[in-house]
Amino acid sequence: MSGGFDLHVIYQNIPVLWEGMQMTFLLTILAIGGGILGGTILALCRLAPFRWLSLVAGSYVNFFRSMPLILVIFWFYFLVPFILGRPVGGFYSVLIAFILFEAAYYCEIIRAGISSVGRGQVAAGQALGLTYRQNMRYIVLPQAFRNMIPVLLTQAIVLFQDTSLVYVVGLHDFLVNADIVANRDNRLLEMYTTVALVYFVLCLVGSMGVRRLQRSYAL
Amino acid sequence: MQYNWNWGVLLQGPYFEWILSGLGWTIGTAVAAWVIAFSLGSVIGVMRTTNIPVLRAIGTAYVELFRNVPLLVQLFLWYFVFPELLPKVAGHWVKRDLPLPEFSTAVVCLGTYSASRVAEQVRAGIQSIGQGQRYAGLAMGLTPVQVYRYVLLPVAYRIIVPPLTSDFLGIFKNSSLALTIGVLELTAQTRQISEYTFQPFEAFTAATVLYCLITFIVMTAMRIVERRTAIPGMISLEAK
Repeated sequence: MSGGFDLHVIYQNIPVLWEGMQMTFLLTILAIGGGILGGTILALCRLAPFRWLSLVAGSYVNFFRSMPLILVIFWFYFLVPFILGRPVGGFYSVLIAFILFEAAYYCEIIRAGISSVGRGQVAAGQALGLTYRQNMRYIVLPQAFRNMIPVLLTQAIVLFQDTSLVYVVGLHDFLVNADIVANRDNRLLEMYTTVALVYFVLCLVGSMGVRRLQRSYAL
Repeated sequence: MQYNWNWGVLLQGPYFEWILSGLGWTIGTAVAAWVIAFSLGSVIGVMRTTNIPVLRAIGTAYVELFRNVPLLVQLFLWYFVFPELLPKVAGHWVKRDLPLPEFSTAVVCLGTYSASRVAEQVRAGIQSIGQGQRYAGLAMGLTPVQVYRYVLLPVAYRIIVPPLTSDFLGIFKNSSLALTIGVLELTAQTRQISEYTFQPFEAFTAATVLYCLITFIVMTAMRIVERRTAIPGMISLEAK
């Protein structure tokens, strides 16, 4: 590695880095959306009055929470093309892995949020003659989600950082693009420091925003 | 797509040995990193609860820094960038003479990263005790160090056993990232087996089962610890 910190190499490669960052954002947003959707379904299953359903959902959550994300990424990298019977490319395999993995974590957050809604609210809804579905839809979930927003956003920041693990299957995200430039131009110091700095600033601003929200938004 | 299942491959040499050695590296990395995480994390966590502004600032900066950079990026910084930033002699030593360079780097990286999580738990534990205990200790004539040593920390550690368990499990899972710098831990070994034998599902199943087993053993052990160290009168701990 030649001496000195070369800002030029960073400036020159901004388009490549931005392309990678778009992939990182896309993956993060899709995984958050899918994760919250899956997590809500799982949480409702866990809290459902049917014992077998909550058992299945509980096992799913515990199983995925004891797996390293990298192993899950590898699994689906091989499994998805095998099940579909044709190659689908890294992106979809990774996306499915992220959604299924994050759903387990979102489930626990959402379950805690639903449990945090007072029992009186549920009882009041039932007394008004609402069905289970209506009760969940109009009474419990709106309050639960409002309580959960700070934790959901914190998890989103964690997920944003976790997307860097697509490195192991070489999907061109922010880190991988920076890595390619770093190795091509032999500028490991500059590129890795830049990557760390960008992630740090984005996540710090995000978590400070969450903290501010937490103070002003609590029910 | 056709797939020929062949579970026997896992028991064949050298693949069986690879799995065992991978498991060994995973456990070794995680336990060594936990030693750093627990001791450093306790110090940082305590710093954040003192009333000395400089110490608080350092503690906060540490936690924010390590929590807001992805672990994989931190690993690359430690492995590729850190030796360059050292003075020449030290840099040379790290690059040439450091024993087990990949393993040591992974341990330091995982340890310092997890320390930021442990620090938050320790801080939360100490803050949950309430100021009265601290004042009582000081009024008895204990020095601030003694207050932490004999009054606050013993209770705080016992309160935070459950969240510490999940951080401890997190280290096992995160140790899989070490494969990116060439530590042949469990995930790396099973990936290697899948490449050699074209039996990815059997290999990954082995890793999956072993990770589940690690989780199960740690959870069981920590539940015993939790029960032994439960503070009498605190129902919330026993209710679980």
